[in-house]
Amino acid sequence: MPTLRINGQSHLIDAPDDMPLLWALRDMVGLTGTKFGCGIAQCGACTVHLDGKAVRSCLLPIGSIGNQAITTIEAIGDTATGAKVQKAWLDIEVVQCGYCQSGQIMAATALLNATPKPDDNDIDAAMAGNICRCGTYVRIRQAIKNAAVSA
Amino acid sequence: MTMLAPIAPSLSRRGFLTAGAALGGGLLMGFRIDVAQAAVPSALPSALPPGVPPVPNGYSINPNAFVAIAPDGKVTFQIPQEEMGQGVYTSLSQLIADDLDVALDRVTPVPAPPVEALYGSPGSGRMGTGGSRSVRSFYTVLRVVGASARAMLVQAAADRWQVDPKTLRTDNGEVIDDANGGRRLSYGELAQAASALPVPTDVVLKADKDLKLIGKPVHRLDTPAKVNGTAQYGIDVRLPGLRIATLAASPVVGGKVAHVDDGEFKKLPGLQLVVLDDIVAVVGPHFWAAKTGLDALDITWDGGPDGKIDSPQLWQALRETSAKPGALGTNKGDTTKAEGDRLDVAYELPFLSHAPMEPQNFTVHVKDGGCEMWGGSQVQAAAWNAAAKVLGIKPEKVVFHNYMLGGGFGRRLDVDMVTKAVRIAQKVDGPVKVVWTREEDITQDVYRPAYRNVMSATLKDGKVTGWSHRIAAGSVAVRMSGKPLDGGLDRGALEGATENNYGVPNFHVEFIEAKPRAINVGYWRGVAPNNNVFASESLMDELALKAGQDPVAFRLAHLSSTPRLKAAVERVAKEANWGSPLPSRVGRGICAQFAFGTFIATIAEAEVDTSGHVRVRRMTSVIDAGRVVNPDGMLAQVQGGLIFGLTAALYGEITIKDGRVEQRNFNDYRMMRINEAPSIDVYMIENTEAPGGIGEPGVTAAAPSLVNAIAAATGVRLRRLPIDRDKLAERKTASL
Repeated sequence: MPTLRINGQSHLIDAPDDMPLLWALRDMVGLTGTKFGCGIAQCGACTVHLDGKAVRSCLLPIGSIGNQAITTIEAIGDTATGAKVQKAWLDIEVVQCGYCQSGQIMAATALLNATPKPDDNDIDAAMAGNICRCGTYVRIRQAIKNAAVSA
Repeated sequence: MTMLAPIAPSLSRRGFLTAGAALGGGLLMGFRIDVAQAAVPSALPSALPPGVPPVPNGYSINPNAFVAIAPDGKVTFQIPQEEMGQGVYTSLSQLIADDLDVALDRVTPVPAPPVEALYGSPGSGRMGTGGSRSVRSFYTVLRVVGASARAMLVQAAADRWQVDPKTLRTDNGEVIDDANGGRRLSYGELAQAASALPVPTDVVLKADKDLKLIGKPVHRLDTPAKVNGTAQYGIDVRLPGLRIATLAASPVVGGKVAHVDDGEFKKLPGLQLVVLDDIVAVVGPHFWAAKTGLDALDITWDGGPDGKIDSPQLWQALRETSAKPGALGTNKGDTTKAEGDRLDVAYELPFLSHAPMEPQNFTVHVKDGGCEMWGGSQVQAAAWNAAAKVLGIKPEKVVFHNYMLGGGFGRRLDVDMVTKAVRIAQKVDGPVKVVWTREEDITQDVYRPAYRNVMSATLKDGKVTGWSHRIAAGSVAVRMSGKPLDGGLDRGALEGATENNYGVPNFHVEFIEAKPRAINVGYWRGVAPNNNVFASESLMDELALKAGQDPVAFRLAHLSSTPRLKAAVERVAKEANWGSPLPSRVGRGICAQFAFGTFIATIAEAEVDTSGHVRVRRMTSVIDAGRVVNPDGMLAQVQGGLIFGLTAALYGEITIKDGRVEQRNFNDYRMMRINEAPSIDVYMIENTEAPGGIGEPGVTAAAPSLVNAIAAATGVRLRRLPIDRDKLAERKTASL
C-alpha cells in the first residue's frame, strides 16, 4: 500500500504494488486527464512525469515509484514549460478529439525541459511514442517549435 | 471557460425541465420544449443567399430547442451533432451565433438530448454524426435558428420600447435603438419576454458581407479543456459507488462461452464474475482489479460454424463473387460498344479496424425499472433506444448522459458497446463502467469491409471511351439493418464511383454484395469513396501510362465537364511543383476526387528505398468545399484525414485465423507516428457554392495519390493495400 506524491500532494494508495500507476491516478485518485490507450506502452496516452521525465504510467508499478514526484496533465500548467506548451497547443489549434493530447503535452513538456531548442530529429525521438489517431502530427511539431521560441 | 460538462436532461414526454436546472437556473429561453410541440413552429426563410442549401419541405425548425440565454447574457447551444474531434461544436456554434449576433466567447455548446423529433437531421430525420454531413445537413437550419432567435429578441425589445422592430439593430448580444439615443437592452434582459413570442414564420439570414463568424478562422470551443486534463470523455465518468468492469466477448462472431475455469480467479478478493451467453466480464473496484481477474480466468469458447474461417478463404470468396454480374448503379452509353485498347484490372482493399484512441466503454446503472447511462456515441438516439430494448423498457425510462468522443471514425455509429454494457450492468448492483481493453477494442470491432473493385476501360486517341466498374464487398447497410438490399443494390456503396467526373461517354457502375463470414462490417471514416476513389484514380493513372501521357495532363484533358475539380487539379500541380525534377526512386502521384460534396486534388511525394521501404515526403491538397464555416478547422480535417488515409495505405490490415481477428494492439495494428508523418500543405479554393463535407475527403485522397507516387518512383503498380514492400524492393524493380 504505497504512498505516492502526485502533483505535490501525498496519496495513500490502497492497491497492490504491481498495479500500474495509470489506474491509481484514474480510478483511485480521480485524476482522469491521464488516459488509457493501449496498456502496453505503445501509444503514449498515459504519459506522466516522474521527477520531470516522461514515463508511461500504464506499465509503471506503483510499488516502484518511491518518493519520486509524479506530475500529471492536471498540474503541468503550473510549470512554466507546461503552460507554454498548453498555450502553443491552443494558439494553433493542435487538438482534434483530444484524447491523446494529455500524453502529447506531457511528452512535449519533458522534451522542452531537457532540450529547450529541439530540432526535427529531437522532436521525432521524443514524440514518436505518442500516437494521435486524428493525425495532428503536423501541428504538434509546429506547436513544439513555437513553444521553444516563446518567452 | 466552463463547458463540456454534459447536461443530463431528464427526458419525458413533457420536456426537459431539468436541463434548465443543470444549466444553473438561468433557463429563460430555450430547452423548455414539449416534444409534442416540436412540429409546430416553423421558421423557414423564403429567400436564401446563393449557395445556402434549402431546407427540405416539411422540416420544422424550433429555435427554442437549440438556444438558451441566461439573464447574464450567457448563451448555451444544444448541438445535435457529436463532437469527436472534427470541431463540430465550434462550427455549428458559429452557424447559430453569427445570425443570432453573439460573440463565440459567450457561447457554451452542450450535447443535445437524443430526441430525433427536435434534433434529427433534415435529410434523414435521424440523429447521427458521420459521412461528413454535419455542416452540410445543418448549415441552413442552424442559421435559421440564430436568425429566428434574434428576431424574437428584437421583437421583445420593440414591444418594451413601443417602437417598430425595423428601426432596431443588434450587436453582440444587445438590441440597440439608434433613433432614441442609442439605448440598449441585453439579450439576457430580453430572453424571458422573447421566449413567449411566436417563432417567426419568415426570417432573413445575414448577407455574406455582414457575416462575422462564418467563414472566419475561429478558435475552437472544446479545446481549452482538452489541454489541461479537464475534458471529460465517457471513459472518465466517476460516480459514487462506481465499479469498473472489463470483458471478453466471443472471439468468433456468433460463438458462445463453453466453459469458464475460475479456480485461480476465486483466490482474488472483491471481484464479481459475470458470465453471459457470449460474454465473460469481471467487475471490480478499479480497472486493474477487473483486468487481473479476467486474466485469471481460463475461458473456453465454442466458436460455432465460423470458428475455422481464415483470411485466404474470405479473399477466395470475395474474388469469386466479384466475377459475377452485379446490380446496376449507373449507366451511360454502352460500354460493350466502346472502341479502343482495353485495360482490365482489379483492386483490393483489406478489412480495417477503427482503433479510436478512447477504447470502447459505457457506464450503466440499471435501477428502479429504468436505467441511467453515460458514454459517447455517434448515434445518440439509437444508443438510447438500444439500451431500452435490452432492458425491455420504454426509452423514456433511460437517462442518457452523452459525452464527447475520444475518436469516432464510424466505430461509434454502432451500439454494440451500449448493449454489451447494459447486459453486464443488469447483473451488477449499482453503477458499473465497462471498459474494453485495447485488445478487446480491436478484436471486437465492426470492420471496414474488404473490397474488390473490378475495372475495365477502353482508351482511344488518348481519351477514355469506356469505363466499367464493379464493386464487390460486404454491405454495411445490410449488416446494420438486418434487411436484404432492395434489388441487390447498396446505394451507399456507390459514392466516389458513379460521379463520372471525367465525362466518359460509355460509363457503367455496378455493385454486388459479398457478405463475409466470421466478420461484421461497419462504416469506417471515408466509407465507400475509400475503395471507389482508390480504384478509379489508380485506373486513371494506369490509363495515362498506357496513353503515354502525363497523369495530370491526362486528367485535365478529361475534366472539361467538372470545372471545379479541374481548377483544383491545376492549382495542386502548381503548388506541389508537379513536373519538377526529383531524385531517383522518388515520385509524385495525383488523386482527383469528388466525394462528400467536396472537390479535392491531392499530390503525394514519396520515396521508396532499395529495400522497398516507403517514406511519404510531402502531401499537397487543394480543396474546394464551397461555403466554409471554420477555415482553420477545415485545414485541420484535411491534414488529419490525409494521415488517417496514409496510415491505412501503409500499414492497415485485419486478418482472420480460426475465425478470430489476429491483430490485437498497436504493436501489430500499426498507426503512423510523428517521425513517419510527411509535411502537409493544404490550400483552399473559396467560393459561395453549397457547403461540402470535410471530415473524410483527405482520408480517401491519401491512398490513391500514394500508390500513384510509388508507381512513379518505382514503376511498380500496387493494386492491393496495404502496400507490400517486398514488391517494391530494388531486386524486384530492377528486373522490370
